[in-house]
Amino acid sequence: MLKDTAKFEPKIVAFCCNWCSYAGADGAGTARKNYPANVKIIKVPCSCRVNPMFILRAFQRGADGVILCGCHPGDCHYSTGNYYTRRRMALLMSMLNFMGVAEDRFRVEWVSAAEGAKFAEVMNDFVAKITALGENVKLRDLRCKK
Amino acid sequence: MQKIGVFVCWCGSNIAGTVDVAAVVEAVKKIPDVAYAVDYKYMCSEEGQKLIKDAVVEYGLDRLVVCSCSPRMHEATFRKCAESIGINPYMVEIANIREQCSWVLKDVAVATEKAIQLAKAAIAKVRFNDPLHPGQSQVVKRALVIGGGIAGIQTALDIADAGYKVDILEKEPTIGGKMAQIDKTFPTLDCSACILTPKMVDAACHENITIHTYSELEAVSGYVGNFDVTIRKKARSVKAEICSGCGICTEKCPARKTPSEFDEGLRNRGAIYIPFAQAIPKVPVIDREACLKFKTGKCGVCSIVCPNKAIDYTQEDELITEKYGAIVLATGFELIDLDKYGELGYGRSKNVITSMQLERLTNAAGPTEGHLVCPATGKEPKSVVIVSCVGSRDTTERGKTYCSKVCCMYNAKHAMYIREKYPNVDVTVFYIDVRTPGKGFDEFQRRAVEEYGVHYVRGQVGKVLSDKDGNLTVFASDLNSGKHLMLNPDLVVLACAVKPAKDARKLASMLTASIDTNDFYVEAHPKLRPVESPTAGIFLSGMCQGPKDIPETVSQAGAAAAKVIGLLAKDKLMTNPCTAKCNEKICSGCLTCTKVCPYGAISGVEKEVITLNGTREKRVVAVVNEALCQGCGACTVACPSASMDLQGFTNKQILAEVDALC
Amino acid sequence: MVITEKEKAEMLSQLAATNVSHCIQCGRCSANCPVAWKMDVLPHRMVYALLNGEADTLLEANSPWKCLSCFACAQRCPKGVSPAAIMEAVRLTAIRSQGGNKLNPNELENYNDKLPQQALVAAFRKYNK
Repeated sequence: MLKDTAKFEPKIVAFCCNWCSYAGADGAGTARKNYPANVKIIKVPCSCRVNPMFILRAFQRGADGVILCGCHPGDCHYSTGNYYTRRRMALLMSMLNFMGVAEDRFRVEWVSAAEGAKFAEVMNDFVAKITALGENVKLRDLRCKK
Repeated sequence: MQKIGVFVCWCGSNIAGTVDVAAVVEAVKKIPDVAYAVDYKYMCSEEGQKLIKDAVVEYGLDRLVVCSCSPRMHEATFRKCAESIGINPYMVEIANIREQCSWVLKDVAVATEKAIQLAKAAIAKVRFNDPLHPGQSQVVKRALVIGGGIAGIQTALDIADAGYKVDILEKEPTIGGKMAQIDKTFPTLDCSACILTPKMVDAACHENITIHTYSELEAVSGYVGNFDVTIRKKARSVKAEICSGCGICTEKCPARKTPSEFDEGLRNRGAIYIPFAQAIPKVPVIDREACLKFKTGKCGVCSIVCPNKAIDYTQEDELITEKYGAIVLATGFELIDLDKYGELGYGRSKNVITSMQLERLTNAAGPTEGHLVCPATGKEPKSVVIVSCVGSRDTTERGKTYCSKVCCMYNAKHAMYIREKYPNVDVTVFYIDVRTPGKGFDEFQRRAVEEYGVHYVRGQVGKVLSDKDGNLTVFASDLNSGKHLMLNPDLVVLACAVKPAKDARKLASMLTASIDTNDFYVEAHPKLRPVESPTAGIFLSGMCQGPKDIPETVSQAGAAAAKVIGLLAKDKLMTNPCTAKCNEKICSGCLTCTKVCPYGAISGVEKEVITLNGTREKRVVAVVNEALCQGCGACTVACPSASMDLQGFTNKQILAEVDALC
Repeated sequence: MVITEKEKAEMLSQLAATNVSHCIQCGRCSANCPVAWKMDVLPHRMVYALLNGEADTLLEANSPWKCLSCFACAQRCPKGVSPAAIMEAVRLTAIRSQGGNKLNPNELENYNDKLPQQALVAAFRKYNK
C-alpha cells in the first residue's frame, strides 16, 4: 500500500535537558520561531538522564523519530553529563540499525539556552527528514499497544 | 483512587488565542482519574490560585496538572499554591502549552491537538509523582567577586558593608580595571581617577574585603551556598609583605622593551613594574618573559637596589582554597582587535589610535602628561577625526552585531575636551546614528556641537590612507549633503567595539554559567532577573553581561550585591529534593554509579538490607548523600540493575510520558 | 506591455539578490567607493532607492556606468549588503531592455526571410527574457 506522504504526520519525541535545550525551546517560543506540532518535548534534568531504554520504548510505541537535545559539550550544568550522553548515544546509534530502526530516525543535538532560533531550525529540519523517511514500521511490539 | 485536577490557563490571549482551551478541558475530563478540569484567564493570578485551592478542597484533589506557560516561569508559583493548601509541592506538574504550543503554532486545530497531548503526558506523569521533601544545606557566609574593576569593587564594597566577607579576584597586578585608564567620565567630565581611587582604597582598607591580585581561578566545585574554589596566586617574584612600594626597582630595571598594557602601548615599561601610581596593592611584579634575570640569568639589578630585600626570584605560584556561598562575575570588557579593519590604517600609522589610547594621551598621569600630541610626530594635532561604530553594529565576520552603547557618549566627551583644551584644533565626528539615551546624555552631546563647535558628520569613514611622510587622508561621505569628503587630519581616533574579556568563555565553562554567542554572560531573565546567572549562586555585574556605561555598571553592581546579601543572609538553603535514590533491595553493590557521579555524592556502605526474597542480608549497597546530589541522573542510566532512580524524574514517570505521547 | 515602477524594482531586486533591508545607511559604501566623486547617485543612495522601490532613480543614474565593480563597497559593508550587485543589476536590466527594442517578435515579418533561423533563435534567447 502506498502511503500518502503529504498527509503523513510523524510522531516525534524530543528529550530536552532542563538547563540548556528546554530553555532554548522556551526561547524559540518567546521569539515566535515556528516549528511543527509533531515535536513533543519531554523535560529531563540533564541529557544524561535519558536512558537508551526510553528512546527504544518510544520507537517501540510507534514514534517515527526521537531527538535528544543537551547543552553544548563543556557547558553542561552538571559539568560532565553531556559527555556521558555523547558516549551512550554513540553506542546506541551504532546498534539502532541492528535493532530495526533506521539510524536517521534518532538524532542528538546540542542546543544552548540562548539558541532559540537554532532549536526551531533543528526541529524543522528533523521533522522534514522524518517526514521524508515515512512511517516507522520496522520496530513494533504488539504487546505494547492496547 | 487518584484525584487529579487539571487547570488550563488562557494566559490572556497568549494561549487562548491559538488553543481552544475549552476543548482541552473537555478532552482531559474524559481521562480516568481526572476528577476536575477547568480553564481560567490567568491561572497564576491571585484569583486563579484561589480557584485551584477551592477546587482542591471541593473535589479532594491530590495531584495537580497546570497547563500554562513554561515551568521555568511559574512552576514555583503553582508549587507554593499547592503547598499552601496542604498538597506536597512535588505533586504538581506543568504542561507547557504556551512556549511549546501556542507561541510556535498558528493553526488553532493543530495547536489544540498538541495542547491536549501535552496535557495527557503531564497527567500520565503526575500519576507516578511521589511527595518529596527538600533537605537543607548550610550557606557559607563569604562571597567571591571575580574581577576588580569598578563593577567588582562596587559589588564587593556593598556586600562588605552589609557585614559579609568578600574576596576580590583580579588577574592583573592591581585592581582598578579599565576605569583607572580613563581620563574623564561623561556626562559630568569629572576625573575618573578622582572618583575611582578612593573606592579602591576603601576596598583595600575594608576589614571584610580580601584582595587577591595577579590571581586566577584554578578550579571550582560545589553548588549554591557551598562553592569550593581554588585560586592560583601567580608568582609576583616580589615579597608583598616586606615591599614598601618605593618603586626604585621599576626605575632601575634595564629591560624596557615591553609596551605598557596600562598605557595602551604608548610607552614602554620595565620588566619589573607597577602598572600605575595609585595601584593597589602598590607592589611591583616581575614579568618573567621580559626579565633579563629569568631569560639570561644575568642582571638582578632590582634585587640589588631594593632597600627591603623584597625581590624573590624563586617565588612560585601559590594555590589557595576557600569556600564561598556566592560568586559574582565582574570580568568586564576589552576592545576588539582591529586586524580585520586594515582599511582604517590602525597599525600602519601611529597617528591612527583607539579611543582608549586617546584616554591615555589626554590623561595627566599618561605618557604625555596630558598633552595631546600625535604619537608619530610628537606634535600637537591641528585637526582630529573621530570615527564611531568601528566594529559595532557589524553583522559580518569582521565585527560585532551589537551596539557598544558607550561610544557615542565618549566620542562627544573626547571631542569636547579636545576643543576645550585646544580651541584651535578642529574636531570632526563621523557617525551613523548618535545614540545618547540616559540622564543628561543628549544634552551633553548637544553641548559638544552647540557650545564647543564640534563638527558632527552623518556618514562613515571608508578608508584612511597614510603617505610616505605619514600624512593622513580620510575618505568619507557626508550623507546629509550627499557629498564625498576627503580630509587631512593629523590624528584619527577609532571608537572600536567592546567585547567581553578573553577569559569569559573559560570561566563560564568552569562555573557552568551560560554565555551567549558574543561571549556575554546570559542573565536568568532579561527583564526580571538581570543580575543573576541561570546557575544558582552565580551573579553578574558590569560589562561582562552586556555593554554598559559607568553609572549603569555601578547600579548593576549594587543590584548584584543585594542579591548576594539576600543569599548570604539565609542560614540554610532548601536543597532540591529531586535527587537520586537507590533501591537497596535490588542494588548489587557494583558501585558503577560512584564512578559516574560528578559530585562524589554516592558511596558504597555495608549494611543489612532486606532482599527481594524477604531475607535479611549484610552487603555493600550504594547510598546517595542527598546534600551533595544535584539530581543530574547520570547514575540512573549507568546502573546495570536499574536500582538507581531519580526522584521527580523516575523511570516510571518518563516512560509514562513517552507512552502518552506515542 | 507597460511595466510599472514597482515591477521594475522587484525585477531589479531579484537580479541584485542582495538583502537591502539590512542596510542601516551608514554610508561606508559611498566612503569606500573610489569613483564616488563621479557618481550622481552615491552607492548608499542606490541601496536606499531600491529599498523604496524607486526603480527609475536607479535606471536613470549614471552611477552603474561609473562603477568599477571593485566590490570595496560590498566587502566593507557592515551588514553584508552589496551595492555592487545593485549596480550590476541595473546594468543587466539596461542591456536587456536594449535588446527588447532591437528584436520585437511582432516585427519579424519585416526581416529578410533569408536571415538564418539559427540567428533568430539565438537572438530571441538572448534578448527576450
